[in-house]
Amino acid sequence: MTRQQAQKIAVSAITAAAGLVVLPIVLVIVYIIVMGAGAINWTFLTALPSEGMTEGGIMPAILGTVILTFGTAIVSIPLAIGAAVYLAEYAQDNWLTRAVRLAIVNLAGIPSIVYGLFGLGAFVLFLKLGTSIIAGSLTLGIMTLPVVISTSEEAILAVPQRFRMVSLSLGATKLQTIRHQVLPQALPGILTGMILGLSRAAGETATLLFTVAAFYLPRLPQSLFDQTMALPYHLYVIATQVPNMPLTIQYGTALILLLIVLSLTLVASVVRTRVRRRREW
Amino acid sequence: MPEQNHPKISLLDVTFRYADETEALRKITLDIAPNQVYVLFGPSRSGKSTLLRLLNRLSDLTEGAQVSGRIALNGQDIFSPAVRVAALRRRVSMVFAIPTPLPGSIRENLTYGLRMAGATDPLMLEERIQQSLVQAALWDEVKDRLDHSAMALSGGQQQRLCIARSLALQPEVLLLDNPTSGLDPLSTATVEDSLYELKRSYTIIMVPHSVQQAGRVADRAAFMLDGELIEEGPRDRIFINPTHERTESYVTGRFG
Amino acid sequence: MNVTTADDTTSTGQAGPLTGTTDRGTWREFFVEHAIKAAGISMIAIVGLIFFFLLREGLPTLGEVPLGALLGTRWYPIEELYGLIPLVIGSLLVTAGSVLIAVPLGLTTAIYLSEIAPQWQRDILKPLIEVLAGIPSIVLGFLGWVALAPLIQSLGAPTGLTAFTGSLVLAYMALPTIISISEDALYAVPKEYRDGALAIGATQWQAIRMVVLRAASPGLVTAVMLGIGRAIGETMAVMMVTGNAANMPAFGPAILFEPVRTMTATIAAEMGEVSQGSVHYHTLFLIGILLFIITFAINSLAGRLIGGQEQRRKRGQI
Repeated sequence: MTRQQAQKIAVSAITAAAGLVVLPIVLVIVYIIVMGAGAINWTFLTALPSEGMTEGGIMPAILGTVILTFGTAIVSIPLAIGAAVYLAEYAQDNWLTRAVRLAIVNLAGIPSIVYGLFGLGAFVLFLKLGTSIIAGSLTLGIMTLPVVISTSEEAILAVPQRFRMVSLSLGATKLQTIRHQVLPQALPGILTGMILGLSRAAGETATLLFTVAAFYLPRLPQSLFDQTMALPYHLYVIATQVPNMPLTIQYGTALILLLIVLSLTLVASVVRTRVRRRREW
Repeated sequence: MPEQNHPKISLLDVTFRYADETEALRKITLDIAPNQVYVLFGPSRSGKSTLLRLLNRLSDLTEGAQVSGRIALNGQDIFSPAVRVAALRRRVSMVFAIPTPLPGSIRENLTYGLRMAGATDPLMLEERIQQSLVQAALWDEVKDRLDHSAMALSGGQQQRLCIARSLALQPEVLLLDNPTSGLDPLSTATVEDSLYELKRSYTIIMVPHSVQQAGRVADRAAFMLDGELIEEGPRDRIFINPTHERTESYVTGRFG
Repeated sequence: MNVTTADDTTSTGQAGPLTGTTDRGTWREFFVEHAIKAAGISMIAIVGLIFFFLLREGLPTLGEVPLGALLGTRWYPIEELYGLIPLVIGSLLVTAGSVLIAVPLGLTTAIYLSEIAPQWQRDILKPLIEVLAGIPSIVLGFLGWVALAPLIQSLGAPTGLTAFTGSLVLAYMALPTIISISEDALYAVPKEYRDGALAIGATQWQAIRMVVLRAASPGLVTAVMLGIGRAIGETMAVMMVTGNAANMPAFGPAILFEPVRTMTATIAAEMGEVSQGSVHYHTLFLIGILLFIITFAINSLAGRLIGGQEQRRKRGQI
């Protein structure tokens, strides 16, 4: 085999492997759309489930996911941005900073089911919040921290140093410089990170199992201390726990979940490219 | 009250050391009188920009660096713990080599320093905008588009905006770090011309673009080499009749 | 904001003190800056709290079940048999299978993206891979359950719900992690390295194989490790497609085609039915502790490798 033959074979093999990765992604999305589109109508989106979930709609699950996503945002965003500003602007290169970074890397790696256990032990039982929206939001919020922190830190570090110098040399304090120059310029990147983190939280199931999710709750939650249904868990339940579940409802639920999560991802990347284009430096 | 007999800024035995112990400035002693253009010149890495950054404590940002000796503004030690750095930087304001408008309008740029200091009076702000633009010879060009983006200005206009932005704070000292480096000859001339006006109200300390520029704008000059002050004096003496051999070879273009 | 500063600026600039007493403005800054610092340091506290609550609920097992029993080969809580070995083996099997699939695919895709693909293909492929990263695991699990498992069964396996099915689904979930981190590593290899190799007559493939991959290897190792970390902790998809049989698999050539149950799936499936404070409950938390320690070790190691790269990156701190 000559070197040129080896080159040709290698390039073809690499290209084929890339195709093997990409094609199933397209296939999965198209398949879910095709199978699920038939289920989607106004009743499906707005009605409560009925007849043991085999009929009616999935409105409480959609609403639950929306509420939980907001709760996650409230818990994680202030803390994450604070931590990102700390790492990017304040932290010195010392053991404490290294420990914070190690902590964040590990938070990113903890399995979601372990977050679920933590939420159960800490929020549901120890703080006696019960299986509730608030316990679920706290758990999901903590789980979302690392994504938001690392994208925000990157966005903050990408703000050119000269803007900080100019602001400081005009007599702004460090905090004013961060508030009036650094954060506004880093905002697109921070928003991208926030939305990506939230999209992950919206699709999360294992974390919800013991902290918030109701198997079947044919009413809407009344307070933050109430349980709620949520789309990902609902999909799990109707796919594996309910006999004689019509397939279209299952695919329809999967499709709605996919749409919510992917549209968040899409919004994130639009925000990123849009504002990047408008930026003038 | 500008006290004519007292220096505006005085340095005594100032040494600046990076975290790795290399000395960027060694035992600099220097007095700068008010209302003149004082030029710090020398080859690159001679420490002139470092010295400029010490004067409004932008050097604080260099992690692990150490300063010894004393720098005084109107006789007051600027490194004394009681000094608020932000207040110091409003009085000793810096213009950088690369024109850097902040994102936002011309008006927002000009009022930035004042707003950060808590100024809110719209009349005062308007007055400062006009004053500083006139002083920086930019008023006629931008008076009708104060709310346009500052980024849309040409390079020369941007640099004059940056000067005006510092002037809006009505500082006592203006630090110019190679302010014409990116500018065309015409814009350079405009900036240099404006210095004659500005020194009536301000003390200007400048790192020039070239020896020629130093000769054109300086009232007094200091020649620096490898972090040391070789000699300083009135312009004519330094550029026409320097005492020191190394100053002479640099001024006449034999090295650097 | 405060009187002193306002004085500074309304004066002609010739007067006004450089010094100021602590006033409201600086107090607020003091407070906010400390809040920022606290937010950063709280990350250490959060990891600590997670570990603490796992220990609090999981450690009692060690007093309730003898260590020998925990190392047993039968997980059958109804008869008070808490052998963790089949669960650990289940996790290892599924993870190993997914690594076997995902690592070659992921690395080659990264090579394709960074070395071979023209720009327009990159513009399509990278968002697609981001989409894959965005698909919730429950949706992939659902598809594995309703579509993939029957397909595998129709190929002749006794059941479609096997370790292999789980590995396949997991592989695609780990792919975005592996691809994006290894692509970064490849991208960071200076262009001169490639040019140098090509200049002495190497083909593109030789340049990639002998120069680029070698230079990028620490990043590639990190990518693989984080991919493994991602796979070992995945729960829902695995629970749906691996058949959930907490038995010791029969070791043999078809070992990947037997139903298994992973550590994560065991927690997810059983926690809902145990009574709080029971031995079973404590043991499920003990499994959580094991998972925490495993992923902590993997990520700390990987973090170290990444940390080395980050040190070299110039930081733009004020």
